Amino acid sequence: MSLLAFTAPHIDYHALAPEIILGATLLVVLLVDLASERNRALLGTISGIGLLAAMVPILTLAVDGTDRLVLSGNQAYVVDNFALALKALFLVAGYVVVLLSTNYVAEGDYYEGEYYLLLLTSVLGMVVMASARDLITIFIALETLSIPAYMLATWRKRDPKSNEAGLKYYLMGVFATAIMLYGMSLIFGVTGTTVLRDISTSLTTVGTKPIVTLGIVFCVVGFAFKVSAVPFHTWAPDTYEGAPTPITAFLSVSSKTGGFVAIITLIYVGFYGNHNVWEPMMWALAALTMTVGNLVALRQTNVVRLFAYSSVAQAGYILAPLAVAGELHTAQDSLSAMVIYLVIYAAMNLGAFAVIITVARKTRSAELESFNGLFEYAPGLTLTMTFFLFALAGIPPLAGWFAKFEIFRATANAGTGAGYVLAVLVGVNSVIALFYYARIAQAMWMQPVPDGDRTPVRIPPALTGALAICTIAVIVGGVYPQLVARLGEMAHFALG
Amino acid sequence: MENFLDHWGLSLAVFIPLVGAAVMIVVPRAEEELHKVIALVTSLAVLVVSIGVAVYFDFDHTDKLQYVVDHKWIEVINSRYIVGIDGISLPLLLLTALIVPMVVIYSWNHWPDPKNPKAFLILTLVLETGMVGTFVAQDLILFFVFFEVVLLPMYFMIGVWGGEQRLYAAIKFFLFTLFGSALMIVSFLALYFLAKDPSGAPLHTFSMIQLNNAQGIAHSTQLIVFGGMFIGFGIKVPIFPFHTWLPDAHTQAPTQGSVILAAILLKLGTYGFVRVAIPILPDAARSWAPWIALLAVIGIIYGALCCLAQTDMKRLIAFSSVAHMGFVMLGIATLTDFGINAAIMGMVAHGLITGMLFFIAGSVKERFHTLEIKRLGGLLLQAPRLGWILGFCAMASLGLPGLAGFWGEFPALLASYNPAEGLSQPLFRVYMVVGAVGTVFAAGYLLWLLQRIAFGVPRDEWEGHHFHDVELPEWLSWVPLLVLIVAIGIYPNFVFHVTNQAVQAVSNTVHAVAAAK
Repeated sequence: MSLLAFTAPHIDYHALAPEIILGATLLVVLLVDLASERNRALLGTISGIGLLAAMVPILTLAVDGTDRLVLSGNQAYVVDNFALALKALFLVAGYVVVLLSTNYVAEGDYYEGEYYLLLLTSVLGMVVMASARDLITIFIALETLSIPAYMLATWRKRDPKSNEAGLKYYLMGVFATAIMLYGMSLIFGVTGTTVLRDISTSLTTVGTKPIVTLGIVFCVVGFAFKVSAVPFHTWAPDTYEGAPTPITAFLSVSSKTGGFVAIITLIYVGFYGNHNVWEPMMWALAALTMTVGNLVALRQTNVVRLFAYSSVAQAGYILAPLAVAGELHTAQDSLSAMVIYLVIYAAMNLGAFAVIITVARKTRSAELESFNGLFEYAPGLTLTMTFFLFALAGIPPLAGWFAKFEIFRATANAGTGAGYVLAVLVGVNSVIALFYYARIAQAMWMQPVPDGDRTPVRIPPALTGALAICTIAVIVGGVYPQLVARLGEMAHFALG
Repeated sequence: MENFLDHWGLSLAVFIPLVGAAVMIVVPRAEEELHKVIALVTSLAVLVVSIGVAVYFDFDHTDKLQYVVDHKWIEVINSRYIVGIDGISLPLLLLTALIVPMVVIYSWNHWPDPKNPKAFLILTLVLETGMVGTFVAQDLILFFVFFEVVLLPMYFMIGVWGGEQRLYAAIKFFLFTLFGSALMIVSFLALYFLAKDPSGAPLHTFSMIQLNNAQGIAHSTQLIVFGGMFIGFGIKVPIFPFHTWLPDAHTQAPTQGSVILAAILLKLGTYGFVRVAIPILPDAARSWAPWIALLAVIGIIYGALCCLAQTDMKRLIAFSSVAHMGFVMLGIATLTDFGINAAIMGMVAHGLITGMLFFIAGSVKERFHTLEIKRLGGLLLQAPRLGWILGFCAMASLGLPGLAGFWGEFPALLASYNPAEGLSQPLFRVYMVVGAVGTVFAAGYLLWLLQRIAFGVPRDEWEGHHFHDVELPEWLSWVPLLVLIVAIGIYPNFVFHVTNQAVQAVSNTVHAVAAAK
């Protein structure tokens, strides 16, 4: 076969439609921003509409239900149910972040056009990540989602803390990427391919070699930074605290989910056969991440920092099912547990940040004391925050309980001692976590209002929308978990 | 009517309070009277439904699960919305349905600071949903969810409306219980994965009915799984040494919270043993029983000794709960029908009597603004009716024959004379003797309490103060409880007749396992 015999592969535009719509929206935002000064207020709306519009092809693809290859015969970019479920999650989470940002950006004298442009680009990277089944595609998706996020983290450019946040995030991110690339090159060197499915086949014949182990470990470590797993979490608290709060929400939910999607894809599609390498590694990562995250969170007095550590701990719970995912009978349960957790976690955490942003509009602070006595002057806001906090703690009947339950189920399902020990560890950690979540609840409900300022908090429509979406998700998901569970059950890879 | 109740009765009892709470959320906070009325109507509606359920209950087959509704819920994990009641659940359902409206009535003019009846009553109603739901759930996950639903309202009730140490007490209560439930849910999952049907295929179910006497689990594993449930339920009861949250929670909670906590929440734990732990893992229960009984009698003696050392009336009553729940656990640990019947009687009696004692403590606090025993005295002179009611409840609590308390304690002791097959007779007889000593202590601390508070002459500091005696809301909320204490005391079959067959079904399971060995 000569090179000249190249024929253009067939492109499935239906499968690619969400990415195309996002790309188009991105350009529209750029053009509107360039064309007129006055229409800046529209940018948030356009971005929101674009994100929702991208949901439409996802729904039609879901109804259709067949797994599609975007380039015919090429396993590098796949649109299956797993990809669809996570793309939907990224788009909805992105929409909520746009709602969170609307007033924050408009009132804060920030560059609006560029903000939404970068936000949408990052979401586009995530949407690509959900379909990527190839080392290079994964790498490109990772960079597309990360580079805008580095810039967004420094958006409050007159605040040194924000500069520190972005720089730290950038340096750590680049470092992690370098490690990951090295891992990928090792894997490529051994297998001679970048397509995960072929890597999987090739690795089974190669068997366990130190160099393969090294490659897998390096690849996973790269993404462990992204999901802020201990000991690769050190950037998270400072970045979260310094970044604009809507971006903190975005990093702690969307970007983290992006990292998990990459880990899941790499492990399930590429390295599944080598579970003796990644299972113990995940066990250690999960156990460390949840324990350290929770213990350090106990000492925080700033709510955003507290949530940074809380989201570290939550990442530990999400990693736990991977520690037992190596057997065929546990693989699917572990996968759906993680997907369910990611979906519910997004609702809980975005909701909590929506409240933090709303409260900060009045108090101009994210210190724990600024929540004191909130119940006195903002009972509705207090109630929703209470829902999110105790959902994160995993108290029924709020959605978090089912997410935790699925983690328990996946780890116990393995039937091994290691699995049960991890389940008990998750249980003990949930108790520790309750302590700091309850501390915020305690400040809101049981402490007196500082300096007696009882003027009500004004909640702008965009934030009301974000709060409503998250509250409904957290309650419905807890009372009738079947809805979320269906999503988790659907999101399967064909293994073996 | 019967048909309607058959399908909807239990679900109505569970969810009516939530509807009431939802309505109250919409009503503005300033409409305090309206909030009280809505809460009262809602809780009375639950009482009416529960009485309706009791009227049409088939008392000839109390071991049979009745009013069963089985509806799909979370299919992915094969967990279903299964509710139903038998003779073990019915008395506790009625107790819950009775106590909550009484608490609402009592609240009519007793508001702990910082007032806010709207939030307080909403929490009360959410609590009711959780409690009723736990007593009717027949699916482990459903049971777990309801079991946990009570945590948040009680946490806020203690934390917002409680006494000076309320923050500490509230979080302690929450953390202890959550720790127990985390282990409990892991145990439930182990049952889900390990229990097998007769052909050896895994059951993969959370239905308590199907899991009854679960097969196919190695004995050593059973012991661990039972241990998880033991800690989950034991913390709730509370069994010594997990009891330390209780005195704090009780003392700091507002009166209404203490009443609900004592009268119902503690029973969720003991009910869990009778409904879940023992019938599902009877073999493990036999191995655990001597240890549970040991902790129970330690609780009896330890609780009583602590009572003798208390200087605060409410804290004393709280510790008496530890002792009384010790009797209940001793009855359960004998694994005989006699003992478990006594235990359920003990739960009901303790619910009525200790609920009353906390009501009285609340009323004393409201009048004197203190519960320090040494500052009180001569209550019979200051508020004679209140004093006599205290005397009556103290008598009931110490187990005076003819009142309800007696039928909880005495048969429990009697049952330990002859525990279930396979349990060491001498050991349980020792427990019996120790427990009997506990009743003497109980008489001691309760009579001493009565003597110091009701008898004698008032302290000088109260000179010139006028104290109003029992008022209308207090009468309304107390009379039903007082009447029941007497009625059950005179005619205990009122309860025993309901529970007996259902309890026999449980003890037969244990017996069958013992016989098979």
